[in-house]
Amino acid sequence: MSPRPVRSRKVSNPPVISGFRPYGGNRKEKGQVFLQYEEYEAIRLCDHEQMKHHEAASAMGVSRPTLTRIYARARQKIAGAFVEGKQIIIEGGKVHFDSEWYACSSCGCHFNHPEKHEIIYTCPLCGSKQVSKNDELNENSHL
Amino acid sequence: MKTAICSQGNRLESHLDERFGRCSHFVIYDQISGGIEFLPNPGKEAEEGAGPAAVQFLASRGVRKIVSGEFGLKIKPLLDSLKIQMIILKNSGKTVQQVIDMLNQI
Repeated sequence: MSPRPVRSRKVSNPPVISGFRPYGGNRKEKGQVFLQYEEYEAIRLCDHEQMKHHEAASAMGVSRPTLTRIYARARQKIAGAFVEGKQIIIEGGKVHFDSEWYACSSCGCHFNHPEKHEIIYTCPLCGSKQVSKNDELNENSHL
Repeated sequence: MKTAICSQGNRLESHLDERFGRCSHFVIYDQISGGIEFLPNPGKEAEEGAGPAAVQFLASRGVRKIVSGEFGLKIKPLLDSLKIQMIILKNSGKTVQQVIDMLNQI
């Protein structure tokens, strides 16, 4: 039997940097560790936002045990990089970047915006500037 | 920039379909060339997985925006990872022609 496919993890804030490089010490190249996006997100939710594991799990759309495994792997990789003086590179992993919902009061449509880095000013349907974030839909996790 | 519109029929006067995966036809409108293409939805009668199949179908045609009455539960993660924008127009009673006119105003 083949194993079940990995569920895509929801990442709501992509990292602002693509990795860390050590400085000082013996500057000879010590190698690198690859931190996956989902591991970065687990660290962000659990340690930076100080969420409980079950809260972080539902935020990422995975089960609580899976989140704990991702988190443990992240800690191990980061600890390995610190101790051995390796570079950390954030990449890979089965993730999707969650987008937020917006509403347009001119044509009454709702739309999402997959390109997080660009700020949205106009409705993609009617072009009006009367757009606002739709918090009601954003909190309703299934849509 | 191509936009897909979920339609209840294969004419410009057809109304917008309230469903995404099981809509009757997709209208693919190319905003640059002005071309309009009507494609019957291959997953309309599918037992299950109509939504994800429709996502694949539209993504393979290079669509960047989808206009529909509603989207199912499984669709948002798929479209987010493909960076396709979803536009929901609920209970609007608009026809395909009206939606295309709105897109042209931008």
